[in-house]
Amino acid sequence: MEEIIISTLQRAMVAGTPLLLATTGEIICERSGILNLGVEGVMALGAVTAFIVTMTTGSPWLGVLAALAAGMVISIIHAFTSVTLQANQVVSGLALTMLGLGLAGMVGKPYVGKPLTIKMEDITIPILSDIPYIGKALFSQSPFFFMAVGLALVSWFFLQRTRLGIQIRSTGENPKATETQGVNVFLIRYMSVIIGGGFSALAGAHLSISYSKSWIEGMTAGRGWIAIALTIFALWNPGRAIWAAFLFGGIFVAQYLMQPLGISPNFLAMLPYIATLLILVLISLKDPRKLNAPAMLAAPYKRGER
Amino acid sequence: MWITWKAPSPNNFNPAADPGLMRMPKSRGGCPATLMKKIQRLEMEGISKSFHGIHANKEISLSVGSGEILGLLGENGAGKTTLMNILYGLYQPDAGQIKINGSPVRITNPMESILMGIGMVHQHFMLIQNHSVIENIALGYKDTPFFFPKIKIREKVASFSRQFNFTIDLNQKIWQLSAGEQQRVEIIKALMNGADLLILDEPTSVLTPKEIEELIIILRQMKADGHCVIFISHKLDEIMNICDRVVVLQKGSIVGSADTGKTDKKTLARMMVGRDVVFNISKEKLAKGQEILRADQIHVTGDMGLPAVKGVSFDLHENEIFGIAGVAGNGQRELAEAITGIRRIDSGKVTINGKDITNLSPRHIYDHGVSHVPEERIRFGIAPGLFLYDNAILKQHHLKKFSRRYFLKYNDVKTHTQGIVDDFKVLTHSIDNQIRNLSGGNIQKLILGREISEQPRLLVASHPTYGLDVGATEFLRHHLLKLRKQGSAVLLFSEDLEEIFELCDRIAVIFAGEFMGIFDSDDERLCEIGLMMAGSKRI
Ligand SMILES: Nc1ncnc2c1ncn2[C@@H]1O[C@H](COP(=O)(O)OP(=O)(O)OP(=O)(O)O)[C@@H](O)[C@H]1O
Ligand SMILES: [Mg+2]
Repeated sequence: MEEIIISTLQRAMVAGTPLLLATTGEIICERSGILNLGVEGVMALGAVTAFIVTMTTGSPWLGVLAALAAGMVISIIHAFTSVTLQANQVVSGLALTMLGLGLAGMVGKPYVGKPLTIKMEDITIPILSDIPYIGKALFSQSPFFFMAVGLALVSWFFLQRTRLGIQIRSTGENPKATETQGVNVFLIRYMSVIIGGGFSALAGAHLSISYSKSWIEGMTAGRGWIAIALTIFALWNPGRAIWAAFLFGGIFVAQYLMQPLGISPNFLAMLPYIATLLILVLISLKDPRKLNAPAMLAAPYKRGER
Repeated sequence: MWITWKAPSPNNFNPAADPGLMRMPKSRGGCPATLMKKIQRLEMEGISKSFHGIHANKEISLSVGSGEILGLLGENGAGKTTLMNILYGLYQPDAGQIKINGSPVRITNPMESILMGIGMVHQHFMLIQNHSVIENIALGYKDTPFFFPKIKIREKVASFSRQFNFTIDLNQKIWQLSAGEQQRVEIIKALMNGADLLILDEPTSVLTPKEIEELIIILRQMKADGHCVIFISHKLDEIMNICDRVVVLQKGSIVGSADTGKTDKKTLARMMVGRDVVFNISKEKLAKGQEILRADQIHVTGDMGLPAVKGVSFDLHENEIFGIAGVAGNGQRELAEAITGIRRIDSGKVTINGKDITNLSPRHIYDHGVSHVPEERIRFGIAPGLFLYDNAILKQHHLKKFSRRYFLKYNDVKTHTQGIVDDFKVLTHSIDNQIRNLSGGNIQKLILGREISEQPRLLVASHPTYGLDVGATEFLRHHLLKLRKQGSAVLLFSEDLEEIFELCDRIAVIFAGEFMGIFDSDDERLCEIGLMMAGSKRI
């Protein structure tokens, strides 16, 4: 029994890692008022880039950097259409998903099914990892896990406790008022979208070089969409995203655990979305103001209009 | 008071040391030399701007120098805000140029104008509703540190606002504030930056006389320190009081200018409107009719979850205007919202013509003959992106005259809208126009038209003359008196005591959610209204 708990916990953390990375990215992006539905595609592109670079150079860290760069570069497309062209962000985001998935499939074709022999060493924190039950799950993990938690905490700090954070959040709430205060709304939005894309690509890198150590098409398996649901579930707060992502990671793992008990995996796969709907309904019933959604999310901003 | 206040010298303002990375604009426009120098003289030359082929500004030239306060006057829609938005970099002029200290500059966005030393209080509040007061100030303040901005500037903001006699919880969210409080936040935001050229676009529209006085003291101090100020207002008294010179706009062009020392209110009003305006209207004595509204021991909770209205009772009769005077944020907004059904009444009872309307929906209360002019016109009065004719029937769409089953009778709706536009002289090129394109005063006129033209039993109006020009204000006051004569009742909330005294038959003074007393308008005890508004006297 003890074994099962420990391994479940550990796997929940692993499953939650890419979700947390992508969610943190999406939160930053949406806080600046831009809805990015391209997470799934950027994640796939990040996965394939990290895989190829790691395989050819032998260095997983180079792979991570390459994925980060790829994710940021491809996100410029979304920033350009939604910020500069003021196009419909839903359409542009969906296009980005398709582009990313397609591109990843194409580039990755020769690498499908090849195993990755280069390993990223787990980081084990002495003493802490000896705590019974949770020690191993929380303190002996892949570097991605620590990166995800660290980035989420840093993002929370930046959004809530710095001037830049106020500027980003204000941009999502009311770009016009923000601009009259001398903030470059366009720059803020570009920056947020690009950083968000980078984070999504990191999530993809985790999948291909740490989690499954291989590349096949479709390996992101809807995690990008879960990240978008998680953004809402976490009420646009990176701090809350941490436990939410690992909760969803737990649900992910539960799919495999519960299958023998006769519970349909499809039902469990639905759970993240149901949970998100539920939390939306509950909060809206209690106090819609607590929802915290950026007021101008997905609304294009044109300068010089009333 | 303000004696200790000293504007930070712009010469020390070094943008390179500015930690806000995002504020660094690429200076595409003016030459770098003028960027750093203090503004001694600002000139606008031949500025023109049109929207959809209609001129909002036509060949406007004006100049303002250091140590001068320039008043900008004009009817609603004359183009004042447009001209100032051009100066602030929000709009680009079609023609003309701006010169600072004699050399031409191009201001393409607010970042550049701020760097050049221009600051502005906008007519429509530029505040982030979901953020706290301190976050809003931190966003605009130029010396906000990068890390822990809220904590680090708190003390500065607190001491600054104390000088303005402005007590407010800095953690409150903007949406929890009344219009008057929001206006004060706007002013503090602009003053803290101590701009060389300060533009104030109707900064006093919802302030009390005392707050206006305090603002005037600050502006005088800034003037003495050599700042330039451009001041827009429809209140001629304060224009006469603080401005050195005024420029009058009409339909986008300059029609006159004068030194305030050599002119008077009457002349200015004539220059603006093109006819004589009566400032002091007298109301005839009317006997009270039947009771229309009765409020009995109303308790209402405010947005912070604290009691905002505490056991208020009063009645209101036909042929009567009942005024509620007080400093913004003492429960006026909550009381108005409670009576019109927007906010829940915790306990107590409201009746209209003897029928209980407590906590009915706003629609049903409207159907009982209650109309409402809300205090924040953009947030609660209109749907900015909809057309004029949609906005003209916002609460009336379900009436037989405007709809048949599931469909609106757009022809009738448009005729009705055109009627309002003509009667209330709403300046617009057509009713097929998004309402947000109208000037502030013209939006207000449309709201008033919508609420008044249906001959309500009771009109609940929160500063109805908010942003109206002198001509329109006169028209509205006459209209309110006409309503009164025709047997309606009016519940008037205003920060403008003059307006209250001029129109009301009875006056209640509100403080911290309680009435300090209810008086007939000729009651002598009203000379102590200032003390009552401050809560230090109760009768
Ligand atoms: N972005 C815009 N699009 C279309 N029309 C506009 C726009 N901005 C201003 N206008 C028009 O320009 C004219 C001048 O408006 P402006 O806001 O400058 O008037 P104002 O003098 O400030 O009036 P008020 O006293 O009511 O505030 C109005 O007729 C308005 O409808
Ligand atoms: Mg205006």
